[in-house]
Amino acid sequence: MNVLIAGVGGQGTLLASRILGKLAEARGSDCKLNEVHGMAQRGGSVVTHVKIAEKVYSPVIAEGDADFILAFEMLEALRYCGYLKKDGIIIVNTQKIMPMPVITGAAAYPDGILGALKSKYNVVAADALSAAVEAGNVKAVNTVILGCFAGAAGIPYDEMERALSLSVKPKLLEVNKAALEKGYALVGRRPGTE
Amino acid sequence: MKELLLGNAAVARGAYEAGVKVATAYPGTPSTEITEIISGYDGVYAEWSPNEKVAFEVALGASVAGVRALVCMKHVGVNVAADPLFTASYTGVNGGLVLVAADDPGMFSSQNEQDTRFYARAAHLPLIEPSDSGEAKEFTKFAFDLSEKYDTPVILRTTTRLAHGQSYAEIGEREEREPILYVKNPAKYVMMPANAKGRHVAVEKRMDRLAADCNGFGINKIEYGGKEIGVVCSGVVYQYVKEALPNASVLKLGTVYPLPIELARGFAERVDELIVIEELEPFIENQLKANGIACRGKSLFSKQGELSVNIIKEKIYEIIGAEKAGGGGNANANANIGAGASGNIGEKGNGNANSDTSVSTNKNASASSDIGADIRADAVSAVLPGRPPVLCAGCPHRGVFYVLNKLRLTVCGDIGCYTLGALPPLNAVDSVVCMGAGVGMAHGFLKALPNKKNVVAVIGDSTFIHSGITGLIDSVYNRGRTTVLILDNSTTGMTGHQNHPATGKTIRNEDTVRIDLEKLCAACGVNGITTVDADDIETLEAVLKREVERGETSVIIARRACELISGRNEKPYAVAAAECKRCGACMRIGCPAISMAAGRGAEINADACAGCGLCKKLCKFGAIASRE
Repeated sequence: MNVLIAGVGGQGTLLASRILGKLAEARGSDCKLNEVHGMAQRGGSVVTHVKIAEKVYSPVIAEGDADFILAFEMLEALRYCGYLKKDGIIIVNTQKIMPMPVITGAAAYPDGILGALKSKYNVVAADALSAAVEAGNVKAVNTVILGCFAGAAGIPYDEMERALSLSVKPKLLEVNKAALEKGYALVGRRPGTE
Repeated sequence: MKELLLGNAAVARGAYEAGVKVATAYPGTPSTEITEIISGYDGVYAEWSPNEKVAFEVALGASVAGVRALVCMKHVGVNVAADPLFTASYTGVNGGLVLVAADDPGMFSSQNEQDTRFYARAAHLPLIEPSDSGEAKEFTKFAFDLSEKYDTPVILRTTTRLAHGQSYAEIGEREEREPILYVKNPAKYVMMPANAKGRHVAVEKRMDRLAADCNGFGINKIEYGGKEIGVVCSGVVYQYVKEALPNASVLKLGTVYPLPIELARGFAERVDELIVIEELEPFIENQLKANGIACRGKSLFSKQGELSVNIIKEKIYEIIGAEKAGGGGNANANANIGAGASGNIGEKGNGNANSDTSVSTNKNASASSDIGADIRADAVSAVLPGRPPVLCAGCPHRGVFYVLNKLRLTVCGDIGCYTLGALPPLNAVDSVVCMGAGVGMAHGFLKALPNKKNVVAVIGDSTFIHSGITGLIDSVYNRGRTTVLILDNSTTGMTGHQNHPATGKTIRNEDTVRIDLEKLCAACGVNGITTVDADDIETLEAVLKREVERGETSVIIARRACELISGRNEKPYAVAAAECKRCGACMRIGCPAISMAAGRGAEINADACAGCGLCKKLCKFGAIASRE
């Protein structure tokens, strides 16, 4: 299973990939994660790669080879959609974060992104930002999206929750659990019924 | 026990298990985490050194004293450490000494794409290169053994994909080692000409011995597959090759310098064509050719950027066809692997049964990536807006760049977060070359143009300590007129908030002596030293205007801690829509929290706003106020 996580520096893509790493460890699967540190983290476009399989070689997902894309932001969904397999699923957080060229007026934020994506791909669109606020912390957007993904991928909730609890600080666990549940609910799954 | 480890964490673990006692570094992406992580292990002294040269010298001292020492840096840091590095090749070691150099093909976080492997050849040092975290840990341990056995510093080279990738590594126990007795030995450690001549002979003998012995090192290995091509590769590229060409025969190099030439020669004889697949320069390729081994490499692959599974497939399929390469269908790649790798030479690997599926899968894969391009092209817009990194919302030094641009100063900038002041709409920086360069360049600029006044140097606090001090001394000594702005955010920002000598905290966050920047500059002979609150742009503007007229070297310290460390805890600001005249003044500071859609007034994203109030100062219409 190849999962590409695309977003904006500061959105918590790194934590999301590390939670999937814990999932792979618990399953005893081979796994490689590739992360972005340094400069791009300062509000830049960031992409992390998660590969889980019996044997993984390249730590980077090839274009056209992602089973899932978790897009934390609409423009980034569009930027990285070419990585998706033909029958893959792209989960799109409907949040828009304006990049500096748009802020300065040098470029326009594209319209109609969801429609364009839906015409070619299996798209799961979710308002993860609102769900995170409802769960109690605006920063839990990453965990909401992870819940959407896990629900869509049919990963049992308990398994995700274990991976989550190994990855977040104890004092943030409750809010993250709530966010994870919200994610499952957004794709029509309830914990325990998957 | 196997654990998912960051490549950098694996290097740290390997060094720990190898019994390392001293670890030094200056932070630099993608190498920083090695030293951060090793500082958490008991029994290891770790430090942030002021720069890579000092870091190397400290590690060398520890090695000569008889313990194992690790020194880590990014590729450009090796340039700074090159002076002691080249002569440490002559002195050799006592306890094992390993330098980790992290290259950055693709330049995710760097100002150039230099290839560290050339340092190994130029300084006559062995260089080894792991391909995943498991190897990173084991190769690090091996590097220390190699260092002591051959009496040489060893370079362990990583790249961004290895350093910042997680894969499994086996966790082992630490081997405690007694220091090797230090015996005074001027012929080995005092590199005056007479002694160095003798050591140069020893260096050449050592490298001859290594060149011969490395043919038998377990870290250089051949995996025979198809006969049509033999691939020579190392590092993360090996992983790309295994996924792209599961049937290919592969010579995987652990020692990239010296090369196991006889192993390569034997390998070349058993395949139809030898292809070298390496990122950046033709380092392996040229060594093979110099030894009379025919091969192709950079005539197929670029010297720029990273390689990938798809690039390798594309080029190699042109030569031998997808089928013989092992199908390479993306979806099937994992299934194919193994069968290809274990096949004997001359066999067809997976055979035909699999290849139909694989080829068609591959078509699907490229079709789907075309679809992505189609969507981007026809349905939305031909070119997507880029998303460059930006100074954070609330960064106290954003206002400095606003003022520099407003005053139309020529700004010789520096490495780190402040490089971002070069981007629109701040557009405030004229040059960025390397750490410390801004100070010297501004001095040169002003000496070249005696009538010019409006030139300043801008440098961060950590960077100033790293290599800005000598430039400042130069300007004072040679009666320069440089105005040096030290933007003191009290941390090493871009690499992720490491302490440095002017923060008063060690790598373990323990209290220590804080280097006082004002006193330091005064001791360098600077008369005009002015400290301002970086948030106070009115005062900063007045001081800047005064100091560029001063006619002698001066320093302005704009001080306020990084917003990510000491959040202001201020209420976010908001724009009163009725008051906003859409003049765009607040848009000129490049704050990611402020936007202005066509036909609408400015808006502030309350979640992103840090409440610094810079935008409020720039609004002439009083439309911006704290959100109550």
